Amino acid sequence: MSGVRTPGSERARLATAGARAVTASALSRQPAKDRIKGNIFLALLLAAVTIALVGLSALVVQAFIEGGPRFSLSLFTDPPSSLNVENAGFRPALLGTLYLILGVVVLIVPLGIGSAIYLEEYADSDRWWNRAIELNIQNLAGVPSIIYGILGLAFIVRGPLDLGFILAAGSLTLALLVLPVVILAAREALRAVPPSVREGSLALGATQWQTIRKQVLPAAIPGVATGVILAISRAIGETAPLLLVGATTFVTFNPTFFGENFSALPVLIYQYAARPQEEFKVLAAAGVIVMLIVLLAMNSFAVWLRNRYEQQW
Amino acid sequence: MTSGANGQLTEQDPKDEMTSRPEPTHEKGLSQQIAVTAEPAAAGEDVWAKEKVFEVNNVTVSYDGKAAVKDVSMDIFRNEVTALIGPSGCGKSTLLRCLNRMNDLVASAEVEGEILYHGNDLYGPKIDPVQVRKVIGMVFQKPNPFPKSIYDNIAFGPRVLGLKDIDERVERALRGAALWDEVKDRLKDNAYGMSGGQQQRLCIARTMAVDPEVILMDEPCSALDPISTGKIEDLMTELKEQYSIVIVTHNMQQAARVSDKTAFLIVELDSTENNRWGQLVEYDETEKVFTNPEDPRTEDYVTGKVG
Amino acid sequence: MEARDTIGVSRPFGTMPSRSLEAPSPRYGEKLIKAALAACAIISVLTTTGIVVSLLLPTISFFGEVNPADFFLHSDWAPTFSPATFGVLSIVVGTLSTTLWGMLFAVPIGLAIAIYLSEYASPRARKIIKPVIEVLAGIPTVAIGLFAITALKPFLENFIPALESTPFAAGVAGVAIGLMITPIIASISDDAMRSVPGGLREAAYGLGSTRMKVATRVVLPAAISGVVASIVLAGSRAIGETMIVLLAAGSQATDSFAFTSPVQTMTAFIATTATGDIATGTITYDTIFAVGSLLFLMTLVMNVLAIRLVRRFREVYE
Repeated sequence: MSGVRTPGSERARLATAGARAVTASALSRQPAKDRIKGNIFLALLLAAVTIALVGLSALVVQAFIEGGPRFSLSLFTDPPSSLNVENAGFRPALLGTLYLILGVVVLIVPLGIGSAIYLEEYADSDRWWNRAIELNIQNLAGVPSIIYGILGLAFIVRGPLDLGFILAAGSLTLALLVLPVVILAAREALRAVPPSVREGSLALGATQWQTIRKQVLPAAIPGVATGVILAISRAIGETAPLLLVGATTFVTFNPTFFGENFSALPVLIYQYAARPQEEFKVLAAAGVIVMLIVLLAMNSFAVWLRNRYEQQW
Repeated sequence: MTSGANGQLTEQDPKDEMTSRPEPTHEKGLSQQIAVTAEPAAAGEDVWAKEKVFEVNNVTVSYDGKAAVKDVSMDIFRNEVTALIGPSGCGKSTLLRCLNRMNDLVASAEVEGEILYHGNDLYGPKIDPVQVRKVIGMVFQKPNPFPKSIYDNIAFGPRVLGLKDIDERVERALRGAALWDEVKDRLKDNAYGMSGGQQQRLCIARTMAVDPEVILMDEPCSALDPISTGKIEDLMTELKEQYSIVIVTHNMQQAARVSDKTAFLIVELDSTENNRWGQLVEYDETEKVFTNPEDPRTEDYVTGKVG
Repeated sequence: MEARDTIGVSRPFGTMPSRSLEAPSPRYGEKLIKAALAACAIISVLTTTGIVVSLLLPTISFFGEVNPADFFLHSDWAPTFSPATFGVLSIVVGTLSTTLWGMLFAVPIGLAIAIYLSEYASPRARKIIKPVIEVLAGIPTVAIGLFAITALKPFLENFIPALESTPFAAGVAGVAIGLMITPIIASISDDAMRSVPGGLREAAYGLGSTRMKVATRVVLPAAISGVVASIVLAGSRAIGETMIVLLAAGSQATDSFAFTSPVQTMTAFIATTATGDIATGTITYDTIFAVGSLLFLMTLVMNVLAIRLVRRFREVYE
């Protein structure tokens, strides 16, 4: 414990040095000057908070102002068009996103929770392979989404799986992309369940799986659900990987799960947004409204759920 | 001073003290066992001639290769309260957790020696730790009710074990733990709303609901106020009619009040003072341990000279 | 065995023989479930393997045709022209340009928010601001990209008139990226600063120091590895961002760090080139993967660094 220079002692040394400097200056300070400096500092902090909040809210407000006039029921029912802006809508893309997300949910809920349970409840973290899996998942969470697009293109659409440019390939790609989000959140939720609950259950003669299924998992559900919702909302907004696995632009017919030529809401928003004509940008903004309503509702619910149950133990 | 005489007696062979179980206990147990086989009628009068639940033989428990408690040998008897006392770090909880194989949950824990439960090797190849815990229940230091209703806390055990008549079992367990009258009108309430003492009695009730033969208690009152502690101590005295109880406690008055037999463990240091482990010093009838201990170290501890 | 029998016989009050301690069933179900759960965890390893293999094979074949020196040391990026040139530095510069402009915006603002939240904000303000920032962090980047071209660019033109003459600019994309990564820096740094033990703060306050000094000289240094981790992670996000740069930075490999210059980033190159149905085995197809490998490596290094920093931070304070 003593004598060894751990990062902790280094940190403590730094902090001590900081505290010393503060003390030294405290002995010879001019209160008025300090007060002014402190106030300027606080003003700068508040300015930063304001800029970030205004910037991000401006984004939401701008979408509503620009896309608002174009926002109507026909947006949901009309197919897209590259020529006829007035009658262009999002129907096949909305359905495409819906199907994509259904596929994602079916994949990430069992796989994500299963991985989390294995890593948190069964895996012996002293074993190098379990630590490798853990590091691997943390790293996967930070891999750029376009790289998942490359994986989807080379491995799922072509290559070993060879599914072709079908909607299911898009689902699988998105699922792999958001899987780390679910795993990391679910692990955290499982870790938050105190070990005494597990001990109590095992001491009654419950098996490990009975303990997990009947005690640990139910207690972790809010946290797990938060992770799943955040993952889904991330998947809804992901665009780049879908560009690579064949979400094409102006599909006028409704998608099927294993059919080629599908579209997705964010992809169509991008295609509209990238057109030089102002009308298409308005249309894109209308699409953003749809997306933001869904996503902000989901994220707010997830954050609320997490904060609601954060202090449970 | 009787203690002086005892001190001399043990000082003559301190090494033997450290490496094997205390001599007197051993002899008594052995001689009485023979006596019992020959003459069962006389057994009732002798406190060492009861039915043995556990026979702990030369047990050493290590974590990551470092011994936490070394070479413990003792017998634990049926329908008695057996207390394990000693300073913190003496391995009494570690030892307790071996008795229902809770130590299996710690990957680095290793148990050497032999623990027999009614003559069966508890760590034998065919023995299933899950089954062991059904038969040998445990109550923990901090009350650990499940985050569920009072009813579901009790019903959980019987349900996962596939037992029947859940309602009846819940009531019986709650009555057994002297909790029924307090909670019968709020069985659906979350157990986290109960007081600490109630929570601990709930945990005892939860253990009783699966009909164990033995209840292990790991400092069950250390987180409780004196009134709740009193209730649990009364409960223990009642429970030993049905169950065998092993209790770890750091509270010597508690051991003196509730237990029939007491084992005293100490912390040993090696010459470098870097390694420390627990060692059984004395195991005898509670009254003897507290009034007339064989070992001066026990005397020092129970009289409060060292702690 | 014999010894046990003796004990059995010697049991004087053997009213209730002990229940069996052997398993009533072999519990194959338990083992099956554990295996299935382990299989789930393996999926993530397979994902990484899949990524590495799908990047590596075409990259090897790419370097069979293109001299690595021409790739890494030149900045004449025109892989789809003929004659094709492969000096990747142009798009690396493009990526670094948008990233740097983004960091320039996000680091000071994100840190300021974190300091405000952890050291100044009342619990009530915190309870509102932090969730709002976290919810806004979930805005899809395609929406941020659209915002960049329809609102941010016109707004910035008020201050930088030179922007009017270009439809795309690295700086506009950069500020939009900054908006995207600010919540990451703010949230993770705030967590780091909040887990600095209160004792350190109290000690400094006890010595009569001001809030500002406690924040900047005690808490910030103590939380530095968590703070750096948040910045590295945000940088990795910025490098990997595709949709914002696709919409706002253009697709012109200009090899410039200027705010008003259009640039092509590595991600934008991949996204524009890979969307066309190009045949496997062509040099253009392989180029996508070579750029992808470089991008993957850059973000990998940053992610591993961030993970280590966070881990070190946790070891100290948790």
